[in-house]
Amino acid sequence: MKRLILLSSLLFGGLLSTHANAAGGEPVFAFTPHPDNIASVQRGARDFMNYCSGCHSLKYLRYSRAAADLGLPEELVEKSLMFTTEKVQQPIVSAMPAQAESWFGRQPPDLSLVSRKRGPAWVYSFLNGFYVDPSKAATGVNNLQLPGASMPHVLWEQQGFRAQVEAPEGEHAEAEHGGHHAPELETVMEGKLTQDEYEEMIADLTNFLIYAAEPGRADRISLGMKVLFYMLLLVGLTYMLKREFWRDVH
Amino acid sequence: MAIVPNPHKTTGFLGWIDDRFPLTKMWKDHVAEYYAPKNFNLWYYFGSLAMLVLVNQLLTGIFLVMHYKPSAAEAFDSVEYIMRDVPWGNIIRYLHSTGASAFFIVVYLHMFRALMYGSHRKPRELIWIFGCLIYVCLMAEAFCGYVLPWGQMSYWGAQVIISLFGAIPGIGPDLVVWIQGDYIPSDATLNRLFSLHVIAIPFVLVGLVVAHLMALHEVGSNNPDGIEIKKHKDPETGIPLDGIPFHPYYTVKDMFGAAVFLLIFLAVVFFAPDGGGWFLEKPNFEEANALSTPEHITPVWYFGPFYAMLRAVPDKLLGVATMGAAVLILFFLPWLDRSPAKSIRYKGPIFKVLAMIFAVVFCVLGYLGLQPPSPTGTLISRLGTVYYFLFFLLMPIYTKLEKVKPVPERVTE
Repeated sequence: MKRLILLSSLLFGGLLSTHANAAGGEPVFAFTPHPDNIASVQRGARDFMNYCSGCHSLKYLRYSRAAADLGLPEELVEKSLMFTTEKVQQPIVSAMPAQAESWFGRQPPDLSLVSRKRGPAWVYSFLNGFYVDPSKAATGVNNLQLPGASMPHVLWEQQGFRAQVEAPEGEHAEAEHGGHHAPELETVMEGKLTQDEYEEMIADLTNFLIYAAEPGRADRISLGMKVLFYMLLLVGLTYMLKREFWRDVH
Repeated sequence: MAIVPNPHKTTGFLGWIDDRFPLTKMWKDHVAEYYAPKNFNLWYYFGSLAMLVLVNQLLTGIFLVMHYKPSAAEAFDSVEYIMRDVPWGNIIRYLHSTGASAFFIVVYLHMFRALMYGSHRKPRELIWIFGCLIYVCLMAEAFCGYVLPWGQMSYWGAQVIISLFGAIPGIGPDLVVWIQGDYIPSDATLNRLFSLHVIAIPFVLVGLVVAHLMALHEVGSNNPDGIEIKKHKDPETGIPLDGIPFHPYYTVKDMFGAAVFLLIFLAVVFFAPDGGGWFLEKPNFEEANALSTPEHITPVWYFGPFYAMLRAVPDKLLGVATMGAAVLILFFLPWLDRSPAKSIRYKGPIFKVLAMIFAVVFCVLGYLGLQPPSPTGTLISRLGTVYYFLFFLLMPIYTKLEKVKPVPERVTE
């Protein structure tokens, strides 16, 4: 029996690790989401409208909803964040025409649900994963997170450009054995922001996209606290009721 | 004046009803004077919890259907509309989606309880068979429901499952087209699965639950000792000595169970409605696209064990047959167990060990069914599948051969 348990745990353990290696789209950079940091989500909203919404829509999110949830006056949103839409009640659509597909090879996708489909760390890693790759003639950049991505490095003015560092052989072997280490990229052209500032900017963007994927998230959690408090009371009350009724059985 | 005075001697409004409808009789037969064994343990909560989840699914389902659009063009958008624009829509949807997983957790535990304490054995074979039919309906219901949000995993899951019918020799390919109403899963498919999900299957499901309970109340509940409490009745009242009225004893006990269950269930609904990607799968947040197949198509977790068995068999038809047989074999359980003792408490160590390994194997198969295929995984799936069937097929032998401990006459505490 003991031998059986040992054997099965060995087999099972082996299986788990093969899965970890085989899994493709694991995020290449570590990221801790902070969707409850309203200031960060607000900055992310500003940056999204300024740098992303030209091409990417958030077709399930209305400007008015975002304004209410993020504590921004609607007038402010209308004046400084709405570039592509007429009315504040409308969803966030992009200005990208249909022929964009022939420019990029594909229509820039809607990002309403990207953080739930890919996960926040994936989004962050994608935004942090651009590097110079001369073999990609159309955009001149490739992406660590999504090799062969058709998106150009839109935020190059902020981040500058980075290139891959040739990994020494020893380190490479270590990576093959499942050691998770961030890939090495070095700056080859300075941007307006330092790398640390850039990482803060894309963290803001990611936090905003977490919000955009589920605007009801914050309300759900605060309601959940109240519900669980009530349920704890109910558990206590029903337990006492049960004990009272069962006194004559035991 | 009442035509026939009722035997309960009720008067007033209740008397008026009782003269015309067996209201007091039903209340007494099924609740107030239904005598259940007094030694139910933790495992006996899951039946009433399954009812609670069923009611949750029906109620939340009613409100979801008010806003959902069963059309390939609008389904995905309408789900996001429910999540964002419908007041309380996200909570109602999470209650329903988490409820689906909770239903299977509760039902699997309920079934394992029956296996452990011999609740399927004579005279409760029909209760078990109705229960198995409920489980089959539940799987059909869950499959249809999973397709409705029309995400990538909905679509490709439907494609994989419906294509299984294509393995049937001769009529297979035509059958698939007939089921789908198209050559690929499409608007027609979504519409018919919607109809089955909200009308046909719930109708059958509720009917089966009624039959399950009627059969139970006819023969009486089993208990962790696996003995008949009706063998020892009070000579004057005819009430089983080890029985207590369901109401108020088990109504208050089940209320406590329901409160604990809801505490856990609602914690998931409010704080982790994705269930870590197990209850709501990531690829399903992308709209169905017939032109782009996801890298790795997985069923939802509760189908994992059967999907692992399907993949463990190299031939498609035999794989489908294996999967079907794995469900079908459950129906025969009452006649496979030949042990003189019903409850695992008085069975020998062989059954105890084999049943525990069975539970582990079922979970391991469930895990493997959700992983990308790998040589190790396939090997373990094959061993697991063989074990699953041998556990049942050899049961008449090992339960008959094995010595049992003496079974007590009266229930133990």
